[in-house]
Amino acid sequence: MTRRWLTAVVVAVVVVVAGAWALTRGLEFLMRPATEAHAPATEPQQPSTVPHITATLFYTSEDGRYLVPVRREVPLAEGTVEQGKQIMLAQLEPATAPLVSAIPTGTTLRAFYVTDRGEAYVDLSPEASTMHPGGSAAELLTVYAIVNAVTANLPAIMRVQILLDGKEVDTLAGHMDLRRPLQRNESLVQPEG
Amino acid sequence: MRRLPFPLAFIAALVTGALLLAQGTPPPAPLVLVSRDGRRPVPTTMLSGQELIALDDVANLFQVSVREDALAGGVTVGYKGRTIVLSSDQPMASVNGQVVALPAPAVHAGRRWLVPVEFLSRALAPIYDSKIELRRASRLLIVGDLRVPRVVARIESPGPPTRVTVEATPAVTLTVAQGGPRLLARVDADAIDPTVPTAGAGLVEQIRAGDQPGTLVVQLRGGAGTPRTTIGSFDGGTRATIDVPAAGAPESVSAPPPPPLSTDPLPPFAASRPVLQTIVIDPGHGGDDSGVKGPNGTLEKQVTLDVGRRARTLIETRLGIRVILSRDEDRRVRLDERAAVANNSKADLFISLHANAALVPTVSGAEVFALGLDREGEEARRSAQTDSVALPVLGGGTRLIDVIRWDMAQAAHIEESSVLASMLEEELRTRVPMGPRPLQQAPQRVLVGANMPAALVEMGYLTSAPQEKQLTSVEFQTALTQALYEVVLRFRTYLEGRR
Repeated sequence: MTRRWLTAVVVAVVVVVAGAWALTRGLEFLMRPATEAHAPATEPQQPSTVPHITATLFYTSEDGRYLVPVRREVPLAEGTVEQGKQIMLAQLEPATAPLVSAIPTGTTLRAFYVTDRGEAYVDLSPEASTMHPGGSAAELLTVYAIVNAVTANLPAIMRVQILLDGKEVDTLAGHMDLRRPLQRNESLVQPEG
Repeated sequence: MRRLPFPLAFIAALVTGALLLAQGTPPPAPLVLVSRDGRRPVPTTMLSGQELIALDDVANLFQVSVREDALAGGVTVGYKGRTIVLSSDQPMASVNGQVVALPAPAVHAGRRWLVPVEFLSRALAPIYDSKIELRRASRLLIVGDLRVPRVVARIESPGPPTRVTVEATPAVTLTVAQGGPRLLARVDADAIDPTVPTAGAGLVEQIRAGDQPGTLVVQLRGGAGTPRTTIGSFDGGTRATIDVPAAGAPESVSAPPPPPLSTDPLPPFAASRPVLQTIVIDPGHGGDDSGVKGPNGTLEKQVTLDVGRRARTLIETRLGIRVILSRDEDRRVRLDERAAVANNSKADLFISLHANAALVPTVSGAEVFALGLDREGEEARRSAQTDSVALPVLGGGTRLIDVIRWDMAQAAHIEESSVLASMLEEELRTRVPMGPRPLQQAPQRVLVGANMPAALVEMGYLTSAPQEKQLTSVEFQTALTQALYEVVLRFRTYLEGRR
């Protein structure tokens, strides 16, 4: 009887240990593929934590004639200067086809600041000039994509001056006078409809 | 008025300072400080196209303190408890907490800080006890409440009799005295801001600034008789009209009546002067600035030069009008220089030629631009309308006294330029395909400084392969040239109708 009890206890212990092992390692093994398959869903969804504003950015139309206003989500920032930087960073990103960016590829924002007279200064990297295709029409669209993007989204800003590499410049490509701040130009914006 | 010390040792210090600035190049003409103590050169240097002045020199000239903040990478200028903060990163200054823009950031060169000369008028002037005025065009830095009128001398007619006018703006007491073979025009002012002709004419050998402050010297040639001078006033200034007859000429012949002081009447010889004598055609780009490059390698600079040369030949041979090209070879010409060519040759018309580019290769066609004015330009235009005076010029016609800012000269010609641009669009339309915006206004840099009716023609889009082929063809270039020729004819008729 005692021998039977001992055998039963040993068997029970073996079964419990084997069951515990199976539960831990086995379940882990079984669950692994399922966990990997659902990995993207577990990534934090950013939008709920970072507030945005809807800004109007400007790109060249498919036919190359106009600036097309496009509504884009841009991170909300505190103050005119920081918000202006966010708008310009978004404006410098590539356009979504079939639209074309009016600003040469590779152009980066060096600085953005404002004066008390409602003027914003957008300091761009030299690529805005060196990579520009030239011509009055293309230069006009480049300049006013920037001027319109800043003035359309920042009510405090009335005029915008473009700087290159930290300095005032005559023009980007030999045509448009950049020595003074410029006002918004609606005549280049594609009419609706 | 603040008195600035002016010992000889200080001059030596300035010269030494100028030598220390040798990392840049000297400016084309020295900047001259004018104060109650006299005139003195201010050492400046050109670096990357910017005229800079060392803060050490600013400290000596204006008794300001300069303190470097190495940690922040900036420098603070102090004056009687007021401060200006400059950074080497941003083209701006904080003046007592107010941000002002500068054309370039401060430059830290060795142990010295250099700032754009505009620092003096934009940043230092607001906190300084005395007035500081920078007149870059005439290379003057005026410190204190001084009367420094602009004095413009012109040889209106080589004659004989040779007619010279000396105009001072604003109005001042102006006298002209003769001493031997020269006349001395003296302006009752602390100093003058003079503009004189580059060469003499007729019986006048030369006009130059006098050695004494506030004077101009009119040097006469041998054979000059006794000059007759009339002093009068015009709206906003004082004018001396000097008629120099040939020696021995009868008084009645040698002394024509002085020009009218009102702006309306024209002198008797006005009718004989053609309204359109000189045209400047400006072939865009050039040298290392090729402009637009077509898909097959055509360069804008070559197309503009080809059409410019063709237009010159056609207009000169058929109309007898003098045509000057702003460049007649493959060389780089600065935008200011292009307008200066037209201004210095007293051109009646300025047409800039370009070829266009689009980000999409399907865009094609010619487009015409006139200058579009923003708020500042409109202010300059109003200023030109209210402050300027039309004066008779050689052979007739009138010309505005240049009281408008030199870099906004086109503002005074906006209406005539608009007419010119419309004519260009109309004549081009009958000969070549037009672009999506055939006639528009824009802040075209090359037009801003042109002191005459002016327009810019984008003859076609080089980024379009079919149009690139057209732009290099003789037929297309001939059509463009013919359009320019017709416009000159029409614009001449328009000007004659306005007489």
